[in-house]
Amino acid sequence: MSTAAPEKKEKVVQPFDYDKYLRPNKLPHIWCPGCGHGIVLKALLRAIDKTGLPKDNIVMVSGIGCSSRTPGYVDFNTMHTLHGRAMAFATGIKFARPDLKVIVVTGDGDALAIGGNHFIHACRRNIDMTVLVYTNATYGMTGGQYSPTSPIGSTATTSRYGNIEPPFDTCEMAKASGASFVARGTAYHTIELERTIYDALMHKGMSVVDIIDACPTYFGRMNKYKSATQMMEILEKDNTVNIKQADKLPPEKLQGKMLRGVLHKVDRPEYCDQYEEHVIKKATSKE
Amino acid sequence: MAEPAKKLAKIVINERLCKGCSICIDFCPTNVLELKGSCVAVKDLEACTRCQLCDLRCPDFAIQVF
Repeated sequence: MSTAAPEKKEKVVQPFDYDKYLRPNKLPHIWCPGCGHGIVLKALLRAIDKTGLPKDNIVMVSGIGCSSRTPGYVDFNTMHTLHGRAMAFATGIKFARPDLKVIVVTGDGDALAIGGNHFIHACRRNIDMTVLVYTNATYGMTGGQYSPTSPIGSTATTSRYGNIEPPFDTCEMAKASGASFVARGTAYHTIELERTIYDALMHKGMSVVDIIDACPTYFGRMNKYKSATQMMEILEKDNTVNIKQADKLPPEKLQGKMLRGVLHKVDRPEYCDQYEEHVIKKATSKE
Repeated sequence: MAEPAKKLAKIVINERLCKGCSICIDFCPTNVLELKGSCVAVKDLEACTRCQLCDLRCPDFAIQVF
């Protein structure tokens, strides 16, 4: 036993090679020091690598915002579209080419405020795409205004005396609108996030992953967080509970905490399949 | 009892990409890294256990542990 132990230590885990999915000449990215978007992007690239899909079969669509800069750095088929309209463009892409894997990268303001209408209707149709909502509770690109997920009482450039609007729960909204896969992850729990995104990518139908990450520059500075690390520990680690652990915990420990993991998964007819079966078949059989 | 010679980890830091957010320093369980100016540097390489938490949580693709 004692002689075998040193040999085991020699085993070196090679780090993941992100460069094969990136456009290295576009780096360094525009995100601020400590921004969680980079961590989420890494988890996304590892999850895509796990699926084994060729790069040419993946389309990444985004709207406007900090998170929506992601397609600029990745070497897939990418599209940077109008503010809030990423899901509308993605629906068009999926509809024209159902063989492609469509991933929408969007921020909380982009998806729930400006594009709220497109978000709920994409969920309603249950079209086969993966939507990653980066929830940083602020509009980082335009100067730190409060967003639809900013907690009550939080300070922003447009709520100097504390936000009085109750926030949206992205997962509940997606579930109520009809998405067939709803999950939540955080940038802190990056390996768990990788697994969640992998499950979302493999799901047939609309899959929504709400990802909590930190904006140290605006949300952090205005709400008296000292560093990006402190934000990650308070907002992402202490403020969330895995859904598998939540069953074992007493209800008073779950007060005010968000659930992580796969929150909702059902099998529902997918939009492109339904269109193929009910519209194209009937239309061509009449001729 | 002499401990078997430990193979040192290799930490590669890309100074062009590092923004000095210090996430890797704070999450390192053995305090291997430190901030030098606006870039991360290795302080104590022998303490590194190759857990790769710095690599996992680096938002800037700037650090890799072999």
